[in-house]
Amino acid sequence: MSAEPLLSIQGLTAHYGPVRALDDVSLDVPARGLCAVLGANGAGKTTLLRTLTGLHRATSGRVLLEGEDITRLPTEKVITRGLAHVPEGGGVIVELTVEENLRLGSLWRSDRRDRTTFDQVLELFPPLAERRNKSASTLSGGERQMLAIGRALMARPKVLLLDEPSLGLAPLITERIFTLLRDLRDRTGLTVVLVEQNAAGALSITDHGFVLNQGRVAAEGPSDGLLADDRTRHAYLGF
Amino acid sequence: MTHFINLTLNGLASGAAYAALALSLVIIYQATRLVNFAQPALALVAVYAAYTITQLTGSYWIGFAAALIVGLVAGALVERVIIRPIAKTSQLNAIIVTLGLLLVIQGGVGMIWGNEQHGFSYAFSYVGRFSPADGFALAAVGAVALLLFLVYRFTPFGLRMRAAAFHPEAARLSGVKVGLMLTAGWGIASLIGALAGMLAGPPFISPNVFDVVFVFGITAAVVGGLDNPFGAVIGGLLIGLGMSYVSGYLGPELATLSALVIVVLVLSVRPDGILSRPTARKV
Amino acid sequence: MSQPTAQREKRTAPTEAAAVPRPSRWAVLPLPVRHLVLAALGLAVVTGLLFVTGDLTALRIAAIGYTMLAIAGLQLLVGGSGQVSLGHGAFMMIGAYAMALLVLHQPMLPISANLGIIVVVSIVAGLAVGAATARLHGPYLAGATLILAVGLPGLAHRFHDLLGGSNGLNIRTAGVPPFLQGLVSTSEWRALVVWTTVVIGLAVLATISSGRLGRRMRAIRDDETAAAMAGVPVGKTKVVAFVIASTAGGLAGGLQAYVLGTVTPSSFTLVLSLTLLAALVMGGIGSLWGALWAAIAIVYLQIWATDLARAMDLSRDAENNLPIVFFGVVLILVLRFWPLGVHGALQSLRARLRARNS
Repeated sequence: MSAEPLLSIQGLTAHYGPVRALDDVSLDVPARGLCAVLGANGAGKTTLLRTLTGLHRATSGRVLLEGEDITRLPTEKVITRGLAHVPEGGGVIVELTVEENLRLGSLWRSDRRDRTTFDQVLELFPPLAERRNKSASTLSGGERQMLAIGRALMARPKVLLLDEPSLGLAPLITERIFTLLRDLRDRTGLTVVLVEQNAAGALSITDHGFVLNQGRVAAEGPSDGLLADDRTRHAYLGF
Repeated sequence: MTHFINLTLNGLASGAAYAALALSLVIIYQATRLVNFAQPALALVAVYAAYTITQLTGSYWIGFAAALIVGLVAGALVERVIIRPIAKTSQLNAIIVTLGLLLVIQGGVGMIWGNEQHGFSYAFSYVGRFSPADGFALAAVGAVALLLFLVYRFTPFGLRMRAAAFHPEAARLSGVKVGLMLTAGWGIASLIGALAGMLAGPPFISPNVFDVVFVFGITAAVVGGLDNPFGAVIGGLLIGLGMSYVSGYLGPELATLSALVIVVLVLSVRPDGILSRPTARKV
Repeated sequence: MSQPTAQREKRTAPTEAAAVPRPSRWAVLPLPVRHLVLAALGLAVVTGLLFVTGDLTALRIAAIGYTMLAIAGLQLLVGGSGQVSLGHGAFMMIGAYAMALLVLHQPMLPISANLGIIVVVSIVAGLAVGAATARLHGPYLAGATLILAVGLPGLAHRFHDLLGGSNGLNIRTAGVPPFLQGLVSTSEWRALVVWTTVVIGLAVLATISSGRLGRRMRAIRDDETAAAMAGVPVGKTKVVAFVIASTAGGLAGGLQAYVLGTVTPSSFTLVLSLTLLAALVMGGIGSLWGALWAAIAIVYLQIWATDLARAMDLSRDAENNLPIVFFGVVLILVLRFWPLGVHGALQSLRARLRARNS
């Protein structure tokens, strides 16, 4: 763990109506980190990501990205600061083509490096290259997830937030996506926060894990440690 | 036979105005799921502004440009000031508010310019079988539709607009300022609505001049599919032709009711309009 | 945390104790009876009002009556099954012309028979339109009914000989029956006839919406697919809702013709249909009270605006247009600040007052 965390969440609290979905959550993600956020349904994982990117308003607490406070920024500003968020289900726009979906991810960038990023992303996901002019609605579930990740990468983010990329995918495809995330981190130094229900799979590729329970951080530690800790596993992760 | 050809040409020309109004309805519907009942009222303001400016300057084309600008600004303002705070609470309420706006603007125009008709001279002659005015109407709407298509399909702005309309959250997560896109959409839609008004209004304008045009415009949008701009254009031309034949062969009083027959027939075969995309039902 | 809870318990306890025995006797009555009793009460209130006010107000009270019936029918449709109709005025027109034709061609028939025939005519018209539009949903239905509202008045011009063209039809209906002569004026008598019909209609509507049909309609409104999977006959229920709404509209139109003595195509414009729907949402969509506020708003906003225009000494154009502008502004403001309409606002006000008192 390096000294200065890239993404620092400090005492974050958020509500859905009267329900406290996040309760004083604090966690740090180091640069080049690959972290898993785990927990049961309704533990607050999705709310955590949505609050980070401003889709949901925090009641209190702070989110710092490279030491800068981004808690109150509107979503579209947060994105330009370097946070990319792949929502649950991917959020692929099926009315657009594959290429349009990808281009959308980098539209806000003024630089002209888009072409190289675009080529890199297509290289990363060969199925997308094959279908780049087809409507995104023709893609399979796994390909849509790839497209969603590809669109997020088009923004050249500092931190990539992923909400349950394995949802509804076959185990083999899930494994491929997980491996890809790990390679990506190793090769490019991208920081990744992976929200997952599939705890075993997520812990096997990440280096650090946080376990949420009823909106609070119930446990945290190196992934292999969490994997080995029977008590945490039985209590929160259900395997 | 000549009668038939005349009716066909007239139908296409009036259909152009319906197509433009339908297009403006579809742009807003796509982005907000609202049928904007205030659309004819915004067009009314634009056309009366054009009338006044034409009177002052003596130039039809300055008035024409003024109409488009007034349409653009009025649409954007209405979205920002009136619709946005209400659309947050309830969809139905927002639709009803556009109704309220229709009443306010129509009445307001009557208060300012009077209920009686004003003659609004036109840049082209509108006598004859396929008059220059008819030709201008078709060409103008065709050009606008083509331009709109090119902008939406091939420019970054168009991509942002489409993303914001189809999937606002995904658009925001891609850094698109969705609120700004909404305002822009209302502005563009009202500009096209103002164009429809300039084509359908003259030679005489009065506060109720667009009531029937609006009905045919909404018919065109519904027949073509509220989700599809091409459908709106095709629907507009179809309705123009249909109304022209019905008026010519059966009598003008029945034109509006026959629009109902067309809607019911088309929608009973295709409930979401001619060009609707089959979409998955969200359960 | 624990203190407020205790307070709330203390607050509700006495009211509950006092309230329990009373509704139980009331609650054992079957629903239709309860609604009829309420209807009789409503009629008594209106009768009382008629006696303390003058002739002019009687006409206004009558107008509120038939407007409320029309809006209540629309409410069953929009609030119940979620179908938005912009063509309610068309059914009022059908009822009004039916009344005029009956009076002109069958002058012997009593008013009650006329109203009965109008119900049948409206049911037939509602069935025809409802069946034709049963597959349409949301804005598509709204669009189709909008065209109906704009197109139907054209018939009066097309069939000029029968329907009188733009001059419409003028009728003379029977005045006060002999045994009441001297007791009530003609206007008061007409208001009474209107309100008797209206309260019966409202009782029927209330009974329907609290019964099985009402539940089915709300199921469809909330989720059509889920309702269909739960065995609700979606198409049939929608058509029935449409027919009931059109019947209320037709009856309202018939009563309007009866009170005004004249029927013209220009009284059934698009603006009427839009105003009915707008007023309904403004009044509050969930309750018959909303329909009452809506009807009062339609009748009195018009009167106030006209008075205001006179007082301000405006030009004729301004004076003619002020009512519609006034109505639109009130509509926008109400929906901006009270999203649930006047009824919703009153309810939350009552809840707040009750909270303060205890």
